[in-house]
Order: sequence, then C-alpha cells, then structure tokens
Amino acid sequence: MIPSASSSTREKIVSAKGLKFTYEGGVEAIRDVNLDIRYGEYIAIVGGNGSGKTTLAKNLNGLLRPTSGSVVVGGKPTSEQKVAALARIVGYAFQNPDHQLFCSSVEEEVRFGPMNLGYPDKVVRDKVEKAIEAMNLEHLRKLPPLSLRLGERRRVSIASVIAMDPQVLVLDEPTTGLDAEESTELMHRLKRLNDEGKTIILITHDMKLVAEHAKRVVVMARGRILLDSDPRGAFSDLEILRQSNLEPPAVTQLAHRLATYDIPRDIISPEELVFHLMRARGGT
Amino acid sequence: MRALDLRNVRFRYRGSDAPALDSVSLEVEKGEFVTVLGANGSGKSTICMLANGLIPHAIQGDLEGIVRVFGLDVKEHEVAEFTTKVGMVFQEPESQLFCMSVEEEVAFGPENLAVPRDEIRERVEWALDLVGMKGYNDRSPFSLSGGEKQRVAIAAALSMRPEMLVLDEPAYALDPIGRIELYSVLKDLKENHGMTVLLAERDAEEAAAFSDRLVLMKGGRIMESGPPRLMLRDPEDLRSIGVTPPQVAEVARLLNARLMSSKFSFLNVDEAEKTIVGEVLAHKAGGGK
Repeated sequence: MIPSASSSTREKIVSAKGLKFTYEGGVEAIRDVNLDIRYGEYIAIVGGNGSGKTTLAKNLNGLLRPTSGSVVVGGKPTSEQKVAALARIVGYAFQNPDHQLFCSSVEEEVRFGPMNLGYPDKVVRDKVEKAIEAMNLEHLRKLPPLSLRLGERRRVSIASVIAMDPQVLVLDEPTTGLDAEESTELMHRLKRLNDEGKTIILITHDMKLVAEHAKRVVVMARGRILLDSDPRGAFSDLEILRQSNLEPPAVTQLAHRLATYDIPRDIISPEELVFHLMRARGGT
Repeated sequence: MRALDLRNVRFRYRGSDAPALDSVSLEVEKGEFVTVLGANGSGKSTICMLANGLIPHAIQGDLEGIVRVFGLDVKEHEVAEFTTKVGMVFQEPESQLFCMSVEEEVAFGPENLAVPRDEIRERVEWALDLVGMKGYNDRSPFSLSGGEKQRVAIAAALSMRPEMLVLDEPAYALDPIGRIELYSVLKDLKENHGMTVLLAERDAEEAAAFSDRLVLMKGGRIMESGPPRLMLRDPEDLRSIGVTPPQVAEVARLLNARLMSSKFSFLNVDEAEKTIVGEVLAHKAGGGK
C-alpha cells in the first residue's frame, strides 16, 4: 500500500481540484485551491489568522464540503462519502481540544471514535491501546479529560482521532498554548507516527515548528496557495511570507541580512548559521 | 511607592493541594517593563491576577505574605479600586471584547466610571491612536484580525488611564505579524509614554528585546531575575524553566564557543546583524556588494 519510493511518486491520498468554499453569509474562505497530498507526507499548511488554512483543513475530511471544485479522498470525492467513512481515512484534531472532549475518562474518550465506527471489540481495544501509547496517556487514562492540563488535553484529543486509525492526521494549531516541553513532547510523538507511515498535515503559523518538522510547506493567504515548497524554499521568499502575515524564524531573517557575505538565505537553525559564519570568516 | 510589591507571597488556589506561588518576592518600579517567563503552571498568570486584586477577591484561595499595588494592600482594597490603576489584557481578545463597535468597546470602561462624555471621546481617540487603530471606531471588533482585536483590548484597558498594564500572554493566538504589531505597541507605550508594564510570556523571542528585566519562574518560584542580557547569557537557564531561548541568544552562545570568547550577546536580529558584520565578518569585503 505504501511504496517506499520518494514522496512525489507515491500514491495520492487527498487531492483538491479547483476548490472553492464560501461560508453562509458570503465570506469566500477558499478561492481556488489545487493541492495533492501523498501517502506518508509531512506537510505544514501555513498562513496568518484568516488566511483560509483551517477552512481548507476542514474540507480535506468532509467536515465542510466544497462550494465548487472537488476534494478526492482515498479515490472518491468527499461529496459522495459519509463523514464516518471519511473519518477512517482523514482524522481531524481541533485547535481547541475542549471542542472535542466530552467523556468522563481519557480511556472512554479515546474509545468513542473506533467504537462508533463499528469495529469489533478486540479491534477497538487494540486501537485504543495503541492510541494511548502513541500520545503517552497511560498514566492519565482513568482521569476525566477536562481535569487535565491543556497540553494533556490536546494529546487526548489527538489520541481520540488516532484511535480511528486514519491514514491522514490533520492537526489544527496543535501547539498553541503549549509550553516548550509539552510542545516538544507532542512533536516527537507526531514524528514517530509519520515514521510509521502516517500522513501528517500540520496547520500552523509557528515558523520555528515548521522549520524543525515539516518536509513540505504550503503557504496560504486570502484563500489561495501562494507557495508550495520545502521549508527552506518557503523561508527564502520573504515577500510571499509577508503577504501571508508570516515571518521566517529569527535566524533565517539574520541570514537574509548577511546574504552579501555569502551566507545562504535558506538557513533554519542557529547551528547552521554559525557554521556558515565560521566558513565565511575563514574564507575556506 | 512601587507599582507592584510582592513580599514573600504564597498562594494556593481553593481546591488545589500545591501552592501556585511559593516564597515569591518581586518588585516592579513605576515605568519599568518586567516580563515574567515560565512554562504552563509556573505561576506567571497567578502573579498577573494578584497585580489587579482578582486574587484574592474574585478568585479564592489562601494568600500569605504582602501584595501591594501602588501602595495599596490587595487584601484591604476592592478590585474596583484597582481598575483605574491597573489595566488587564488576557490571552484571547475574544474573551474580553463584547461590544458592537470598536468605539463602544474602548469607551465601555470610562462610561462605567461616569466620566464626562467629552472626556470619554478624547480618551477613546487617544487610546486608539496609541495602539495604531485610529479610524477603526465604527468597525465591529469581530471583523478585525487577531492582532487588531488584541490592540483594541489594549486600547480598552488604556482608556481607563491606568498607571500599569498587566498582560497575560497577549500574543497567545496571534500570527507572526500580529505579534509584531502587538509588541511594537507595548514598546511604544514603555518608551514614549512611561507606562509600567508587567508581561507574562512563554516565549522569550520578543520580550527579551525590550524588557528592562526578565523574571524566570518555575513551579511557583522565582528562579532568577535580572536584565535580559544577563538572563540570556546561558540559554540553558531558560531551557531549564521550560522556555525556548531566543534564536539570537543561541547564535551568540555558539559564536562564543567557536571563537573562545564571551563578548557575544544578542537581544534581537538588528543587534546580531550589526555585531556579526562588525566583528565576526569584519575583514570580509563582501559587505559592499
């Protein structure tokens, strides 16, 4: 199912063509989006507040249906599939975990999804255990989700999505409100899922996060995709980022300013910058 | 008289076992810009809520030690007495905005103090100008971007003519440009209007650049406190309290290590650029290209 070839030759799992989405009341959130996502990718969809990134994400799993154009998921347009069927392919974790949590224990919360998809008991149990392990919730499983800290609640909401075993995970601003440690823990867990073959779609405006984790970056502004490239490519185009209310990480900004000293513009970490500074200094 | 004076403060929220603050002493002078840095649960929000009397009056628990806000002991004075002294801005502007227009929003506070109409109009214009939102009077707050909403929330606090602004992670949900807009307003308030600012942050990137003092908190205690340059000298200090150091501080640390020096210390991108061009790449001819 998942060929090990480079990502551009892998099979498409989600494909948006000529996608437009207008909210009731007339706000055109998505104006024209064409986007192919393949098995096993780790994509960041980035853009400022109001760029349309969340609306796009909700169109990828049938929470919203295109006003025109199409979104094909697992070979069939979302308009022809039920949300329950789509939930097995594309899972969506809300930005605010509290919009998702309602059960009296973490374990029940995580069990709710796969149980409703009608899997046999043993399969449900298995998927729940895997999801609890994947999000490091073993020690919290008996507690009510709403008694947990934000970082933990976010992991519960993601686990409840993972438990449905979707091929694609869409995470809307998963690190908002988390501190450095919680954020590192979550991103580490997501990387492991990606290594195991899951497709990860990260919706965010945290550029440091994108620099460290994403392999592909889709930059959005005013309902359109302005740029689709690797993180280095995305960070070299300050003009496009600015149009999208974004700014590259501080080291990338510094690299841009030092470009006349033969410092590459696409630097994304302090280590890299200092390496190039030493090289420029030594003249080697 | 100090803007804020905490002496050996211990506070435990009702229903909680562990204290949220323990042995905390902190002084904020008038006109000072102090940023409290810490991870979630470090106690920084609790300090913000003490600074305007929400604790102990609206949020209950056991408070020990002395908390004085502009000389007034919070235990002996009501929240209402602090509203003209301390302006409060929270994480999410939506939780604070509720009026139909920006003007009503900003006028709401002084209207409730029965300030004369002409003066209210004057204050609204003054506050909107300060946050760079002049001319937005008739807009609905809900049609604004995140950065604009948060600036309206600041204007609403400013219209009470407070002597100190307390902001609890005001950039929480803002995109990078929204953050820049917000922080340039705070910088202007401090530098050109002598405003006292107490800021709680989880991200050191911007705060380091223009705070007078950083207070590093962990587990309800103050670990260290001092001018940003001193606090950033070893980025490990920030990491140990669960805060990501600014990237420029990391660049300075690496340069010091590679060049066996201790002179590099950057608080922002401008400073880093200038020093690197002047000292690290000084003999390179490339700059003129």
